[in-house]
Amino acid sequence: MKKLFYPWLAVTVALAIYGFMQAWYIAPTEATMGNIQRIFYYHFAAGNLLCLFFFANFVASIWYLVVRRSNPERAQKLDAFALANAEMGTIFCATVLIQGPLWARPVWGIWWTWDERLTSTLVLFLIYVAYLMVRRFAIAGQTQTLAAVVAIFGFLDVPIVYMSIRWWRTQHPSPVIFGGPNSGLDPRIWTAAFWNLGAWLAWGILLVGVRYYGLRREQAQQQRKAVAQVLMETAR
Amino acid sequence: MSALKQFAAHLRKELLLEWRSRDAIISMVFFSSLIAVVFSLAFDPTAASSRTIAGGIIWVALLFAIVIALNQAWLRETRHNVLDALRLAPADPALLFLAKAVANFLFVTALELITTPVFVVFYNLHPLGEAWKLLLLLPLATWALIVNGTFFAALSLRTRNRELLLPLVLFPLSIPALLGAVQATTAILTGIDSPNLWMKMLLGYDVIYTVAGLLLFETVLSAE
Repeated sequence: MKKLFYPWLAVTVALAIYGFMQAWYIAPTEATMGNIQRIFYYHFAAGNLLCLFFFANFVASIWYLVVRRSNPERAQKLDAFALANAEMGTIFCATVLIQGPLWARPVWGIWWTWDERLTSTLVLFLIYVAYLMVRRFAIAGQTQTLAAVVAIFGFLDVPIVYMSIRWWRTQHPSPVIFGGPNSGLDPRIWTAAFWNLGAWLAWGILLVGVRYYGLRREQAQQQRKAVAQVLMETAR
Repeated sequence: MSALKQFAAHLRKELLLEWRSRDAIISMVFFSSLIAVVFSLAFDPTAASSRTIAGGIIWVALLFAIVIALNQAWLRETRHNVLDALRLAPADPALLFLAKAVANFLFVTALELITTPVFVVFYNLHPLGEAWKLLLLLPLATWALIVNGTFFAALSLRTRNRELLLPLVLFPLSIPALLGAVQATTAILTGIDSPNLWMKMLLGYDVIYTVAGLLLFETVLSAE
């Protein structure tokens, strides 16, 4: 796994550079919004990827609860994986919430509005911040199980949040990417959006990998400490 | 013991304890009345304007009162290690959770019966919609807040600063329930929209989280 770091880093950087060129020099300037529209290439990537990482956290959390008794070693790995993904998703979520107002201020004339997607993304962000809080506050030794339970409760909330806020109101521009063949989108915009999606996906996987590796080392360190303590007490 | 008997025993214990002390009810009633007073001073509501804001204020007051009561609900079990005894008992933990939630639900329903008139007086409320639907809406929305609240109160018992954590976890998760409750209440008070869609959403929320709570409570109770 460790050997993969530098090749993967190289791929990520290459993708990021190519995506940047696509977004800044090749994609045409949008007619009404001008250059401010180019933030969309990053917004689109982060907005879609956050769901992916939260979903990975959800799956890893369920899996953790299933195997935590029968296979503790795998459960530890799953817990580290779940935490790394939750953190990555939260970072993407925060990115989206910052990029959105930067774009909305010149285009809509307002920084923020209680629209469907804005509100659901904000609520999603709050839910995962709560998850990270639980991990921080829980008593050592119970953190992993409690966090997995909160992750499941949090992810169950996602469709409910989405539907309820959808009924509430909507102002966000409706998706044009998947709007059908006649949505009037220049194919170069499409290309740039997907290259950036790939670049940020690679970046996210890289960070999750690094974080996972760090968390596994922390776990090993804690285990060594616990073993040393038991040995000390038995020697006494 | 059959499941029904276990559930009844847990519920009876909860109700008896509350009946003897009445701590939860008294603190919730006083607290939510205080919120009613403070907000009516802040907004100076007239009969017309209060219809649009009262729904929000009522549910925020109830949510705060619920958090206060729920923080105490499991704390009682930590004295004399009652919670450990409950873990050892040959009973289904899910029934313990259900009984606790039902007991809390009954306390909050009692609170609503006392507090709602206070709000009606202070905010000059006179619903223009179908007022009988409140009788359906109140239990649906209360259960939505209680079922998650009871679950996360048990969970935050196992954290360092338990009283702090409950609202931090409960509020984000309850946002859809709170939104539904507020929208439906406002719809009933103003009579402009129909509250039906929101009540269906609340029903779905209740079912999903009751099932999740029943399934995962044992994991939280015996988290090691």
